[in-house]
Amino acid sequence: MTAQADMAVGTELQPLVLPPISRTTLALFAGASGDHNPIHVDVDFARAAGMDDVFAHGMLSMAYLGRLLTNFAPQERIRSCHVRFAAITPVHASLTCTGRVSAVNNSLVTVELVTSLPDGTVTLIGEAVVATS
Amino acid sequence: MPVPTSITGTYLTPLTVYIDAGRLRFFAKAIGQTDPVYTDLEAARAAGHPQLPVPPTFLFGLELEGPDGFSWLTELGVDLGQLLHGEQTFSYRSMAHAGDTLVLQPRIVDVYTKKAGALEFIRKHTAVTRTDGSPVAELVNVLVLRHPGVNG
Repeated sequence: MTAQADMAVGTELQPLVLPPISRTTLALFAGASGDHNPIHVDVDFARAAGMDDVFAHGMLSMAYLGRLLTNFAPQERIRSCHVRFAAITPVHASLTCTGRVSAVNNSLVTVELVTSLPDGTVTLIGEAVVATS
Repeated sequence: MPVPTSITGTYLTPLTVYIDAGRLRFFAKAIGQTDPVYTDLEAARAAGHPQLPVPPTFLFGLELEGPDGFSWLTELGVDLGQLLHGEQTFSYRSMAHAGDTLVLQPRIVDVYTKKAGALEFIRKHTAVTRTDGSPVAELVNVLVLRHPGVNG
Protein backbone atom coordinates (compact mmCIF):
# COMPACT_ATOMS: atom_id res chain seq x y z
CA MET A 1 0.00 0.00 0.00
CA THR A 2 1.33 3.43 -0.83
CA ALA A 3 0.59 6.63 0.99
CA GLN A 4 -1.79 9.07 -0.57
CA ALA A 5 -0.25 12.18 -2.13
CA ASP A 6 -1.47 14.34 0.74
CA MET A 7 0.32 12.08 3.18
CA ALA A 8 3.82 12.34 1.68
CA VAL A 9 6.77 13.32 3.87
CA GLY A 10 6.87 17.08 4.25
CA THR A 11 3.13 17.60 3.78
CA GLU A 12 1.94 20.42 6.01
CA LEU A 13 -1.49 19.98 7.58
CA GLN A 14 -3.91 22.87 7.22
CA PRO A 15 -3.01 24.95 10.33
CA LEU A 16 -5.68 25.46 12.95
CA VAL A 17 -5.69 29.08 14.10
CA LEU A 18 -7.66 29.49 17.31
CA PRO A 19 -9.34 32.58 18.76
CA PRO A 20 -8.00 33.94 22.07
CA ILE A 21 -8.72 31.59 24.99
CA SER A 22 -11.26 33.38 27.19
CA ARG A 23 -12.09 32.65 30.81
CA THR A 24 -15.44 31.39 29.55
CA THR A 25 -13.63 28.85 27.36
CA LEU A 26 -11.65 27.67 30.40
CA ALA A 27 -14.84 27.35 32.47
CA LEU A 28 -16.61 25.42 29.71
CA PHE A 29 -13.61 23.16 29.18
CA ALA A 30 -13.35 22.45 32.92
CA GLY A 31 -16.96 21.27 32.95
CA ALA A 32 -16.93 19.47 29.61
CA SER A 33 -13.59 17.71 30.09
CA GLY A 34 -13.95 16.81 33.76
CA ASP A 35 -10.70 18.56 34.76
CA HIS A 36 -11.87 20.77 37.63
CA ASN A 37 -8.42 21.78 38.90
CA PRO A 38 -9.10 25.33 40.18
CA ILE A 39 -5.73 26.56 38.85
CA HIS A 40 -7.49 26.94 35.46
CA VAL A 41 -10.65 28.77 36.54
CA ASP A 42 -10.12 30.44 39.92
CA VAL A 43 -7.80 33.45 39.88
CA ASP A 44 -7.70 33.54 43.70
CA PHE A 45 -6.45 29.96 43.76
CA ALA A 46 -3.93 30.67 40.97
CA ARG A 47 -2.50 33.70 42.81
CA ALA A 48 -2.24 31.76 46.06
CA ALA A 49 -0.23 29.19 44.08
CA GLY A 50 2.19 31.91 42.98
CA MET A 51 0.84 32.47 39.47
CA ASP A 52 -0.17 35.87 38.07
CA ASP A 53 -3.41 34.49 36.67
CA VAL A 54 -5.14 31.28 35.65
CA PHE A 55 -3.74 29.40 32.67
CA ALA A 56 -5.27 27.05 30.12
CA HIS A 57 -5.61 23.33 30.64
CA GLY A 58 -2.90 21.53 28.69
CA MET A 59 -5.60 19.16 27.52
CA LEU A 60 -7.49 22.03 25.88
CA SER A 61 -4.49 22.51 23.60
CA MET A 62 -4.28 18.75 23.02
CA ALA A 63 -7.99 18.77 22.12
CA TYR A 64 -7.20 21.46 19.53
CA LEU A 65 -4.49 19.17 18.15
CA GLY A 66 -7.18 16.48 18.00
CA ARG A 67 -9.22 18.82 15.81
CA LEU A 68 -6.17 19.42 13.59
CA LEU A 69 -5.77 15.65 13.19
CA THR A 70 -9.43 14.84 12.50
CA ASN A 71 -9.49 17.63 9.91
CA PHE A 72 -6.58 15.77 8.26
CA ALA A 73 -7.88 12.19 8.47
CA PRO A 74 -10.99 10.41 9.76
CA GLN A 75 -10.54 9.71 13.45
CA GLU A 76 -10.69 5.92 13.09
CA ARG A 77 -7.35 6.13 11.25
CA ILE A 78 -5.55 7.77 14.18
CA ARG A 79 -3.52 5.07 15.90
CA SER A 80 -1.80 7.11 18.59
CA CYS A 81 -1.09 10.64 19.71
CA HIS A 82 1.57 11.83 22.15
CA VAL A 83 2.41 15.30 23.40
CA ARG A 84 4.83 16.90 25.82
CA PHE A 85 3.60 20.07 27.48
CA ALA A 86 6.52 22.48 27.01
CA ALA A 87 5.16 25.79 28.27
CA ILE A 88 2.09 27.15 30.03
CA THR A 89 -0.63 28.69 27.84
CA PRO A 90 -1.82 31.92 29.47
CA VAL A 91 -5.47 32.95 29.50
CA HIS A 92 -6.23 35.18 26.45
CA ALA A 93 -3.48 33.46 24.40
CA SER A 94 -4.18 32.79 20.70
CA LEU A 95 -2.83 29.37 19.80
CA THR A 96 -1.93 28.02 16.41
CA CYS A 97 -1.78 24.27 15.81
CA THR A 98 0.45 22.95 13.05
CA GLY A 99 1.34 19.52 11.79
CA ARG A 100 3.78 18.10 9.29
CA VAL A 101 4.16 14.58 7.93
CA SER A 102 7.61 13.50 9.07
CA ALA A 103 7.68 9.83 8.08
CA VAL A 104 5.77 7.35 5.94
CA ASN A 105 6.20 3.68 6.73
CA ASN A 106 4.06 1.27 4.75
CA SER A 107 0.49 2.16 5.68
CA LEU A 108 1.33 4.46 8.60
CA VAL A 109 2.34 8.11 8.56
CA THR A 110 3.89 10.01 11.46
CA VAL A 111 2.75 13.60 11.91
CA GLU A 112 4.79 16.05 13.99
CA LEU A 113 2.50 18.29 16.01
CA VAL A 114 3.11 21.71 17.55
CA THR A 115 0.99 24.30 19.30
CA SER A 116 2.51 27.75 19.62
CA LEU A 117 1.84 31.25 20.88
CA PRO A 118 1.97 34.31 18.59
CA ASP A 119 5.51 35.12 19.84
CA GLY A 120 6.67 31.69 18.65
CA THR A 121 6.75 30.01 22.06
CA VAL A 122 6.07 26.31 21.61
CA THR A 123 3.53 25.16 24.20
CA LEU A 124 2.97 21.56 23.10
CA ILE A 125 5.14 19.34 20.95
CA GLY A 126 4.30 15.82 19.93
CA GLU A 127 3.46 13.36 17.21
CA ALA A 128 0.63 11.22 15.98
CA VAL A 129 0.58 8.02 13.97
CA VAL A 130 -2.17 7.86 11.35
CA ALA A 131 -3.09 5.04 8.99
CA THR A 132 -3.23 6.00 5.31
CA SER A 133 -6.48 4.12 4.78
CA MET B 1 6.10 17.02 50.41
CA PRO B 2 7.34 14.42 47.97
CA VAL B 3 5.04 11.66 46.81
CA PRO B 4 6.39 8.32 48.05
CA THR B 5 7.88 6.12 45.32
CA SER B 6 6.12 3.23 47.07
CA ILE B 7 2.91 4.14 45.25
CA THR B 8 4.48 2.69 42.09
CA GLY B 9 2.37 -0.27 40.99
CA THR B 10 -0.75 0.95 42.80
CA TYR B 11 -4.03 0.42 40.98
CA LEU B 12 -6.43 3.31 41.52
CA THR B 13 -10.16 2.64 41.79
CA PRO B 14 -11.53 1.53 38.40
CA LEU B 15 -14.24 3.70 36.96
CA THR B 16 -17.24 2.73 34.81
CA VAL B 17 -18.54 5.60 32.68
CA TYR B 18 -21.55 5.86 30.38
CA ILE B 19 -20.76 8.04 27.36
CA ASP B 20 -23.56 10.54 27.01
CA ALA B 21 -24.19 12.26 23.65
CA GLY B 22 -25.04 15.56 25.36
CA ARG B 23 -21.69 15.48 27.15
CA LEU B 24 -19.90 14.94 23.83
CA ARG B 25 -21.72 17.95 22.35
CA PHE B 26 -20.72 20.02 25.40
CA PHE B 27 -17.09 18.98 24.88
CA ALA B 28 -17.33 19.88 21.18
CA LYS B 29 -18.65 23.34 22.11
CA ALA B 30 -15.88 23.88 24.67
CA ILE B 31 -13.14 23.14 22.13
CA GLY B 32 -14.80 25.09 19.31
CA GLN B 33 -15.32 21.96 17.22
CA THR B 34 -17.06 22.88 13.95
CA ASP B 35 -17.02 19.43 12.27
CA PRO B 36 -20.64 18.24 12.47
CA VAL B 37 -19.50 14.61 12.77
CA TYR B 38 -18.95 15.38 16.48
CA THR B 39 -22.29 17.09 17.17
CA ASP B 40 -24.85 15.97 14.57
CA LEU B 41 -25.97 12.35 14.59
CA GLU B 42 -26.84 12.39 10.87
CA ALA B 43 -23.39 13.68 9.97
CA ALA B 44 -21.82 11.08 12.26
CA ARG B 45 -23.83 8.28 10.60
CA ALA B 46 -22.94 9.59 7.13
CA ALA B 47 -19.28 9.25 8.21
CA GLY B 48 -19.87 5.64 9.21
CA HIS B 49 -20.37 6.01 12.95
CA PRO B 50 -23.31 4.31 14.70
CA GLN B 51 -23.55 7.24 17.17
CA LEU B 52 -21.58 10.43 17.89
CA PRO B 53 -17.90 9.48 18.10
CA VAL B 54 -15.84 10.06 21.25
CA PRO B 55 -13.21 12.59 20.08
CA PRO B 56 -9.49 11.80 20.35
CA THR B 57 -8.69 13.34 23.75
CA PHE B 58 -12.06 13.12 25.53
CA LEU B 59 -11.19 9.97 27.51
CA PHE B 60 -8.59 11.86 29.56
CA GLY B 61 -10.95 13.85 31.76
CA LEU B 62 -13.37 11.05 32.66
CA GLU B 63 -10.94 9.70 35.22
CA LEU B 64 -10.82 13.03 37.06
CA GLU B 65 -14.53 12.77 37.79
CA GLY B 66 -14.19 9.33 39.33
CA PRO B 67 -14.01 8.46 42.99
CA ASP B 68 -10.27 9.03 43.01
CA GLY B 69 -10.33 12.15 40.78
CA PHE B 70 -7.61 14.36 42.17
CA SER B 71 -8.20 12.99 45.67
CA TRP B 72 -5.56 10.26 45.34
CA LEU B 73 -3.11 13.15 44.92
CA THR B 74 -4.47 15.47 47.61
CA GLU B 75 -4.55 12.56 50.07
CA LEU B 76 -0.81 12.17 49.41
CA GLY B 77 -0.39 15.83 50.34
CA VAL B 78 -0.09 17.14 46.77
CA ASP B 79 -0.93 20.83 46.35
CA LEU B 80 -2.93 21.07 43.10
CA GLY B 81 -1.51 24.58 42.65
CA GLN B 82 1.93 23.02 42.11
CA LEU B 83 0.76 20.31 39.72
CA LEU B 84 1.53 20.46 35.99
CA HIS B 85 0.75 18.13 33.12
CA GLY B 86 4.03 16.87 31.68
CA GLU B 87 3.11 14.46 28.91
CA GLN B 88 0.05 12.69 27.57
CA THR B 89 -0.27 9.75 25.19
CA PHE B 90 -3.29 8.01 23.70
CA SER B 91 -2.99 4.68 21.90
CA TYR B 92 -6.22 3.78 20.17
CA ARG B 93 -7.53 0.22 19.73
CA SER B 94 -11.10 0.94 18.59
CA MET B 95 -13.50 3.85 18.29
CA ALA B 96 -15.85 4.58 21.17
CA HIS B 97 -19.24 6.22 20.68
CA ALA B 98 -22.08 7.81 22.60
CA GLY B 99 -24.07 5.09 24.33
CA ASP B 100 -20.99 3.00 25.12
CA THR B 101 -20.17 2.12 28.70
CA LEU B 102 -16.42 2.24 29.27
CA VAL B 103 -14.25 0.95 32.07
CA LEU B 104 -11.13 2.92 33.02
CA GLN B 105 -8.43 1.24 35.09
CA PRO B 106 -5.62 3.60 36.17
CA ARG B 107 -2.33 2.37 37.58
CA ILE B 108 0.73 4.28 38.85
CA VAL B 109 3.72 2.89 36.95
CA ASP B 110 6.59 5.19 37.99
CA VAL B 111 7.53 7.98 40.40
CA TYR B 112 10.86 9.78 39.98
CA THR B 113 12.50 13.14 40.64
CA LYS B 114 14.66 15.54 38.62
CA LYS B 115 16.60 18.70 39.50
CA ALA B 116 17.63 17.33 42.91
CA GLY B 117 14.03 16.80 43.93
CA ALA B 118 12.65 20.19 42.82
CA LEU B 119 10.50 18.39 40.23
CA GLU B 120 8.75 15.11 40.82
CA PHE B 121 7.20 13.03 38.04
CA ILE B 122 4.31 10.58 38.39
CA ARG B 123 3.62 8.30 35.43
CA LYS B 124 0.17 6.71 35.25
CA HIS B 125 -1.23 4.23 32.73
CA THR B 126 -4.95 3.88 32.18
CA ALA B 127 -6.50 1.00 30.26
CA VAL B 128 -9.88 1.82 28.70
CA THR B 129 -12.09 -1.09 27.70
CA ARG B 130 -15.76 -1.80 27.11
CA THR B 131 -17.65 -3.74 29.74
CA ASP B 132 -17.04 -6.92 27.69
CA GLY B 133 -13.29 -6.31 28.03
CA SER B 134 -12.68 -5.31 24.40
CA PRO B 135 -9.95 -2.64 24.23
CA VAL B 136 -10.69 0.99 23.37
CA ALA B 137 -7.50 2.85 24.27
CA GLU B 138 -4.51 3.08 26.53
CA LEU B 139 -3.56 6.40 28.09
CA VAL B 140 -0.22 7.42 29.54
CA ASN B 141 -0.27 10.46 31.79
CA VAL B 142 2.86 12.11 33.21
CA LEU B 143 2.18 14.57 36.01
CA VAL B 144 4.84 17.01 37.20
CA LEU B 145 4.80 18.19 40.78
CA ARG B 146 6.78 21.31 41.61
CA HIS B 147 8.46 21.43 45.01
CA PRO B 148 9.26 25.17 45.19
CA GLY B 149 11.11 24.85 48.50
CA VAL B 150 13.73 22.60 46.91
CA ASN B 151 16.48 24.36 45.00
CA GLY B 152 17.02 22.27 41.89
